Amino acid sequence: MLEQFGSRTISLLEQVGEVARFGGRTFVAALRPPLELQEIMRQLLSVGFRSMPLIAAAGLAVGAVLSMHTRASLERFGAESLIPAGLAIALVRETGPLTTGLLFSGRVGAGIGAELGGMRVTEQIDALESLAVDSFKYLVVTRVIACMIAMPILTTLMNFMGIIGGFVAETAISGMSFALYFDRAFSSIRFVDYIPSTLKTMVFGFLVGTIASYLGYHARGGSEGVGRASTSSVVLSSIILIVTNVILVKAIFFVFPEAGQ
Amino acid sequence: MTNSPSAIRLESISKSFGSRTVLRDVSFDVNKGSVFCILGRSGTGKSVTLKLMAGLLHADEGQIYIGDRDITNLNSRALVPVRKSIGFLFQNAALFDSISVGENVAFPLRRHTNLPEDEIHSRAQNKLEQVGLGKEYDKMPADLSGGMKKRAGLARALALDPAIVLVDEPSAGLDPITSSEIDELLVNLKSSRNTTLVVVTHNIPSARRIADELIMLHEGGIIARGSVEEMEQTQDPIVQRFMASEDAG
Repeated sequence: MLEQFGSRTISLLEQVGEVARFGGRTFVAALRPPLELQEIMRQLLSVGFRSMPLIAAAGLAVGAVLSMHTRASLERFGAESLIPAGLAIALVRETGPLTTGLLFSGRVGAGIGAELGGMRVTEQIDALESLAVDSFKYLVVTRVIACMIAMPILTTLMNFMGIIGGFVAETAISGMSFALYFDRAFSSIRFVDYIPSTLKTMVFGFLVGTIASYLGYHARGGSEGVGRASTSSVVLSSIILIVTNVILVKAIFFVFPEAGQ
Repeated sequence: MTNSPSAIRLESISKSFGSRTVLRDVSFDVNKGSVFCILGRSGTGKSVTLKLMAGLLHADEGQIYIGDRDITNLNSRALVPVRKSIGFLFQNAALFDSISVGENVAFPLRRHTNLPEDEIHSRAQNKLEQVGLGKEYDKMPADLSGGMKKRAGLARALALDPAIVLVDEPSAGLDPITSSEIDELLVNLKSSRNTTLVVVTHNIPSARRIADELIMLHEGGIIARGSVEEMEQTQDPIVQRFMASEDAG
């Protein structure tokens, strides 16, 4: 039993090492021409624009639920007026980036894993290579870059929709006006709350894109292998994203001490 | 491909996957402008040999020459000019399923030429017409039958007018009529453009129709080599059995 656990742990660590090497290769390949701008734009449409409805709907719901919970806590102290500010800060600093990252990992990670896995087992990746196209650059680098560009945009959308959702929930209970709610929400958000936490989502995008691409690019074993690549993409990228978030939050507090206040 | 009479030459090639040796000390050459068939039962390394020639796999030992150029240890970037001179028709065509049939054929033209868009479209259309798919430009690969996919794959492989075309199992999964139509296309390709063709097959009727020269792979090595007639006269029981079959697959 212990031996099995040990060998599984070693295998997982090996895989993480392989993914890290794959990520390094992505980074180096991104700096080499051709830039594949057209393919990056196509991927941006696929991973970014098409994720917007999911992120917007989730943002509304998260904002409304957060608002209701915040009200339940704050009204005990007669501090309901702080609801917009509390909600906005919670969303912008942490809830928005992390929720967007996890949703993105589910939708986009699974999609990339399945798409590249499908291309691998049907020899489409070999076909690209046979046509003298660098499949790694064309398929992997473009997707990773698109994920890195899409994540901060989607996070901003999530934050904004969350604040709207919070407003809808709050105005339904207290009748707070639109102008007052938004004034209280936005006046509390500082530059240092928004920029570092939103930019860290570029790292999330890099992680999701790299992990999903790695698993899809190396898929084996027909449709079962494609399914495995898709599922593993979501599981592995979600776990690594959550762990990385802890490290990034600590790093942000170190670089921007005022972000922790 | 300059002065060498061979379009492709393999010298003492060995290839293993883990503990399984697929090719052991295999050597042969393919004459320019000929149709060279590789026969053998499933799992004898026929497709691996083809992928080694295109640089999609790397040999563990030995040398591979395309014309006079040793491509054995070239990386992807160095292989670009070599691959532009080679067309590859995969067993299941391997069409890119997110773009139309016509765009599949136009893809290599877009990547490797500076032709204007209308010229690219016209050349892709022309290649599709050559394989009898002139009306299918806008169809998606998923909407094509197996035989049509093979023909579309061939049109894509021919898009850059390569000197060498590698063909993996052209008749796999096809009915005899469609299979002979594909064979006809391959023979026409040789006679009209002097293209060198390397065809992996275990379809003996097809090999009889198209091959100038054949080899048979068995247990990692070549057990017979020659013309169709020479192969049929060989005393090796495995070759005899194989040549006597209508479709060894």
